[in-house]
Amino acid sequence: MEKEITNKNEWPLWEVFIRSKAGLDHKHAGSLHASDAEMAIENARDVYTRRMEGVSIWVVESKNIHASDPGDASSLYEPATDKIYRHPTFYNLPDEVKYM
Amino acid sequence: MTVHSFQEHFDSLIDNDIAIEPKDWMPDDYRKTLIRQISQHAHSEIIGMLPEGNWITRAPSLRRKAVLLAKVQDEAGHGLYLYSAAETLGVSRDELYDQLHSGKAKYSSIFNYPTLTWADMGAIGWLVDGAAIMNQVPLCRTSYGPYARAMVRVCKEESFHQRQGFEIMLTLAKGTEVQKKMAQDAFNRWWWPSLMMFGPPDAESPHTAQSVRWRIKRLTNDELRQKFVDVTVEQAKVLGLDIPDKDLKWNEARGHFDFGAINWEEFKNVVKGNGPCNKQRLDTRRKAWEEGQWVRDAAQAHAQKRKEKMASAA
Repeated sequence: MEKEITNKNEWPLWEVFIRSKAGLDHKHAGSLHASDAEMAIENARDVYTRRMEGVSIWVVESKNIHASDPGDASSLYEPATDKIYRHPTFYNLPDEVKYM
Repeated sequence: MTVHSFQEHFDSLIDNDIAIEPKDWMPDDYRKTLIRQISQHAHSEIIGMLPEGNWITRAPSLRRKAVLLAKVQDEAGHGLYLYSAAETLGVSRDELYDQLHSGKAKYSSIFNYPTLTWADMGAIGWLVDGAAIMNQVPLCRTSYGPYARAMVRVCKEESFHQRQGFEIMLTLAKGTEVQKKMAQDAFNRWWWPSLMMFGPPDAESPHTAQSVRWRIKRLTNDELRQKFVDVTVEQAKVLGLDIPDKDLKWNEARGHFDFGAINWEEFKNVVKGNGPCNKQRLDTRRKAWEEGQWVRDAAQAHAQKRKEKMASAA
């Protein structure tokens, strides 16, 4: 019961994604607590980019992340496992073909 | 999967050095051990700011002040990385704070010693951060993914902490007689507590074997302590300072330095809460938390008001 009361006062949790330089994807950096999105971005600046690690920050409230279940991994990724012909190394080319 | 096969799957991941991630099945004790270790580590970063905070306004130059401020800010950051790594295991931030503030959780006992002179900023950076790095580098390969990732970040940032401390010591050691004395005095006071930072000897460390099995820990307390002694002795020579241990000598057969007996009674006493500053540190921390309550409430009220405004405008 006491736990519930304290958790109610806790600022929501946010996931932080950072683009380290223009041209690269945003990458998950970690998480933090903040009362709203604006504060989450400012806190992310202080917590995750003190050494110029980023040029752009995304924040997403953690409760909005939907994740696959690792227990389903074998069935979820099964369709890809037997299709090695999707990789270029599946094909044998004669030595004469230099660039392909 | 049955519990048995969950366990087998978990063991095989550990044995093959495949990281365990938050949504993976894990034994209860693995989860509990990690929550304890990661949160103790986070608390240590947070409490670790206090002995240095006192010297920010007393730093001898603007350069030293800027550096110390940056170091203390990093420590806040490290605490935050680690708290969020612990939260991925299903414990809330408020629970963790509560454990710290109520005195239920431990933090590194080294922070219960006082910082009496400016030379202590040098000794802390050089020895305490040096010992911390020795502990932390192997944790970059610890088996729990979020903890390992947090540690990679921490280790990248930590090496400047040790260098700035060594630089302070070097400046004092090469300075006037009084400055050199000050450096030696700080070294004398911080040397033994730094060796205690690695924890009790392996024979008396109840969690070591299991933690090594789970690849949470990669090296034992004694192995890390020996590594620290070996490198620090050489660094002390560069400073021209004396190691405060009359039993310290090179052991040709072992290929390591032998060192004197550690006062484990003192260690146990400080862990129990009877160190010189235990009460002061916790009181300062609690005060900061309690006096910040109105800020946390105001921010939340502001966020709520804005949310309602947006909803009514839509």
